[in-house]
This record gives sequence, structure tokens and C-alpha cells, in this order.
Amino acid sequence: MTELTTALEMAAAVAAREVTATELVEASLSAIAERDGDISAFNLVTDDAARQRAAEIDVEIAAGRPVGRLAGVPIALKDNLCTRGVPTTCSSKILEGWRPPYDATVVTMLAHSGAISVGKTNLDEFAMGSSTENSAFGPTRNPRDLSRVPGGSSGGSAAAVAAGYVPLSLGSDTGGSIRQPAALCGVVGVKPTYGLVSRYGLVAFASSLDQIGPFATTVTDAALLLEVIAGHDPLDSTSIPEPVADLMSHLADGVQGLRVGIVSEFMVEGIADDVRRRTEAAAAALEAAGAIVGEVNVPAAAYGLDAYYLIAPAEASSNLARYDAVRFGLRVDASTTPDMYDATRTAGFGDEVKRRIMLGTYALSAGYYDAYYGTAQKVRSLIRRDFDRAYQDFDVLLSPTSPTTAFAFGDKTEDPMTMYLNDVCTIPTNLAGHPAMSVPFGVGDDGMPVGVQVMAPMMGEIPMFRAAAVLEAAANSEAIS
Amino acid sequence: MPERITVEDVAHVARLARLNIAPDELERFTSQLGDILEHAAQMAALDLEGVEPMGHPYGLRNVMRADVLAPSLDRDEVLSQAPSAEAGMFRVPPVLGEEP
Repeated sequence: MTELTTALEMAAAVAAREVTATELVEASLSAIAERDGDISAFNLVTDDAARQRAAEIDVEIAAGRPVGRLAGVPIALKDNLCTRGVPTTCSSKILEGWRPPYDATVVTMLAHSGAISVGKTNLDEFAMGSSTENSAFGPTRNPRDLSRVPGGSSGGSAAAVAAGYVPLSLGSDTGGSIRQPAALCGVVGVKPTYGLVSRYGLVAFASSLDQIGPFATTVTDAALLLEVIAGHDPLDSTSIPEPVADLMSHLADGVQGLRVGIVSEFMVEGIADDVRRRTEAAAAALEAAGAIVGEVNVPAAAYGLDAYYLIAPAEASSNLARYDAVRFGLRVDASTTPDMYDATRTAGFGDEVKRRIMLGTYALSAGYYDAYYGTAQKVRSLIRRDFDRAYQDFDVLLSPTSPTTAFAFGDKTEDPMTMYLNDVCTIPTNLAGHPAMSVPFGVGDDGMPVGVQVMAPMMGEIPMFRAAAVLEAAANSEAIS
Repeated sequence: MPERITVEDVAHVARLARLNIAPDELERFTSQLGDILEHAAQMAALDLEGVEPMGHPYGLRNVMRADVLAPSLDRDEVLSQAPSAEAGMFRVPPVLGEEP
């Protein structure tokens, strides 16, 4: 029917009446029906609602009424974003069947933009994981090689875009959960500045780290979606009041004179050789385009993983106390309320969630608070300080997104620490609150996609996207030649 | 950093977190949590003297809204999602049971 692949092209074609929203939605639903039995990106496909919404938008357009920037564009939502009346599971048994009584702010903003949700995507339970193997509903497979994981925790959202079902999706990133699956699936993934996108209606994991962000096939589409979902929200007390930067008008600015720092701590042992080589090639591409490239140290970032695996579980243990079988979700009956709490939480949470709840409870418990949680919070300060120092000399920083390309199922499930090491390059920016994004930059020795990470200081989205656009162009011209 | 976490410690935090952990699982969780905490002990190498703890990217501050009436969630819609509700309230089993 159509060769439209990007959201920008789709929205333009819908507005110009070259294609209808209904045609775009039908194409998306057909692609899902054809391949998702194998990939399992979706927990739920909301086909009826998508068709109805598309018909409404087609009526608006036929009547010549103004429509939003993403009118008619199919999109997928990570299943930890609340959708009113539509099941929102967090891929956990404890929320199975729950229909939220409200929409997340991003869901409302997408609706105003005319984007059409086609469904809810799979994740590691409560966004805790790096492979989407921790889902209560089974794993998602990497569309580029079904024997490998898509990364996680937003594996379903990354796979939905990589499989070509939708040009856009939303994920959430607490320690790399957008950027790492984007890298492993070969798509663009963005973790915005903390507070740039409202977290209202994002089911909380670690509130001081969580941030919603876009997946897309192109840097331009990612910028477009970020512009649509960013903005102050009175319903999120951590939402920043500044207006949204105009990213789209800066995408072609290039990187002439831009100072790019390669983070030495993220180019060490533990990073696969092929991934390191691709990162060096990315630095060379930026330099060839006029950037000033150098090496930089962010010493405390080497301790990011350690601080994160105390801070995030501590916050999670508090946030997940709300699953008490009283107000929503699963209830396992018992003769008293306390027994009902225990029985429900024991049956409803998977092992990784239990592990993190116990770890966080321990880190916060009397006698250990200062040694664990307190220490981690001080290390978090040092990480922020070291990044801030690096940004005195550099506009953006560069590193691998993930230490390896996509790995096989079961490879890292035995030992939690092995899985956690996947996020060694992505976690420090969450601790700092800074923005970062992953851009596909060729393939590794195994032919699987490699992502490089561009990091920036608070509200540094413009230079971050400028660098990302240059990397994308360089990767495309390399692929052609 | 404190001593390595014990099975008794894990049983205690499981209780605090309202989770029933079977004895064989307790061993496995203890070993895994011990490994994670051991890794975290690397932070002891850093000089943290005089470093302020950071709890949040912006520091936490209270945000007040104007004290005016506004629509909130629909009560019936909220209660329709509860495992059990009656007469406009959430319904639970007896809170005080036999156990202490």
C-alpha cells in the first residue's frame, strides 16, 4: 500500500490526504498479525480502539479540521504506562487484568497529537531487567535474530519498532531500559533529561531515576516524538517548568566545533572489542564532520553500578509496597489482611522483583542505612560532580551503549550480577539526571546492531541530537558504501 | 562495609517486605544478594568525607497546588478495579487475626 517508513513521512502523507490513518493502522495491525506470534513484542494489541481512533482522525482530516503533529501515526506503548480502561500489567501477575482509571500524561499528549496506539508492549516485570526475560508473560524475541534477546527492560517497545510494526514507541529508562534495547535491536532510543517528560501515570520503579522516552527508526522521528511528549505537568511535582526546546530545527546544524569527550571509564575491560571499535569509529565520524574529539575521565562513573543497585532497589522497595491486594490487581484470599498481603505478594511478584525488594529493604533497614543507602547517595553526588566537570570541557560525551551486542536467551539469567553489568555505561546518566541516547552505528562481528551512546548535561538535548544526527548520517553512508 | 548478609537477615527483610520465601529459595536469594552487596562494597575505595548525599537530580522540595476544587478520579471507576469493594469502600478480610 505504502512505502512510508518514518513517522514524519506518515504524518505528512496523512495531512496531505495521500494516505488515510485507517490505511496506516491496518498496515501496522497486519504486520503485527504476521510476525508477532514469533517476536511477542506485544502484551496486548488494541486493534478495535486503534481502528476507531483512525476513523475519527480520517473524519477530521476529510472535514479539513486541524490535526496534531502525529495524526494517523501508529505507536506502541510500554505496558507500564497507564491507559484508562485498557489493561496495564507491567508484565507482572500482580497487575494482571488491571484497567487503570486514568491515562498517563504522555498518553493524553499523544492522543492530542493524533498518534494512534496499537497496543501495549512487553517488558521485564516492573521494568527490572535488561533482556525482557523477566516478563510474567514470556520473553520478547529480537526481530533481527529470534534466538537472541531484544534487551530490556523496554524490549517489547524496541522490538515493535525494529520489526517495522510501528515507526514510534514509548519506553521508560531507569538505568538504561530504553537505550540498551534500542542498541540491541538497532533503533534509536532516548532517555531525556530527568523531569523533561511527565512521569504521571508511569508505574513507579525508582522515582528519582525513572524517565519516559521515545524509540524510533530515525533521529528525526525520535526528536519529533520527544517534542510531542515533553513539557511541564502540574501532576508531576518533579516536572521541570522550562518550555520544550525546539529540537527539530537544530537537527541539521552539524557538529562543527562541537566538543565531544570519549568517556575512558566506559571503554575498558568488559566492553567487547567489536563494540569498542564501533564506538571509536563513531568518534572518528564526528571528528570528520568537524567535532573536536578528546578523551575524558568521569572517575566516579565506574561506581555507578554499585550505587544504582542500592538506590534503585531502595526506591523500588518503597514504591512496590503499594501492591497490597486492597485497591487494584491480584488478590490471593486469606483469613486475615496481613496474610492476604503476604500470600498476594508472594504469588504475584517474580524472582527478580522479589530480589530487588529484599535488597532495597535491607539497604534501608536500621543498622545498614548509612553503610549502603547513605554511601550510595554520596557516590551519586560524586558521579554528578564528575560529569559536571567533564561538561566544562565537552559539550557531549560518547561511549558504547551496551558492552555487547544482543546475547542469546538464558545466557545471563543464572547470575543477577552478570545481567546487571549490561547497564554499566547507561546507569551513571540516570544517577546524574542527565539526558542520553543510543544511535545505531553499524554491526558487530556477529552481524548484530551496535549502538553508541551520546550523553549531554541537563537540558542538553540540542547538542545531543545534533551529534546523533551526524552519527546517523555517517552510519547510513557507511552502510551504502 | 558490614559483614556478608546471612540467611537470617534475608528472612528478616522478607518479613518486613511481606514476602513468604521458602527455605530453599532463601539460600539462593542470600547468595545472590551477598554477591550484589559485595560488588557494592567497592564503593568503600572512594573518599566520601564531606560529600553530601544526593537523593534526587533536583533535590526534593515541596510543590503545593492552589487550594481549589477540581475534578478527581471517579470513585466508582476506581472501586471497580478493587478485588473487593462495598458501599463505596474497599473491602478486606479481618485486619486483626489470631497471630500477634
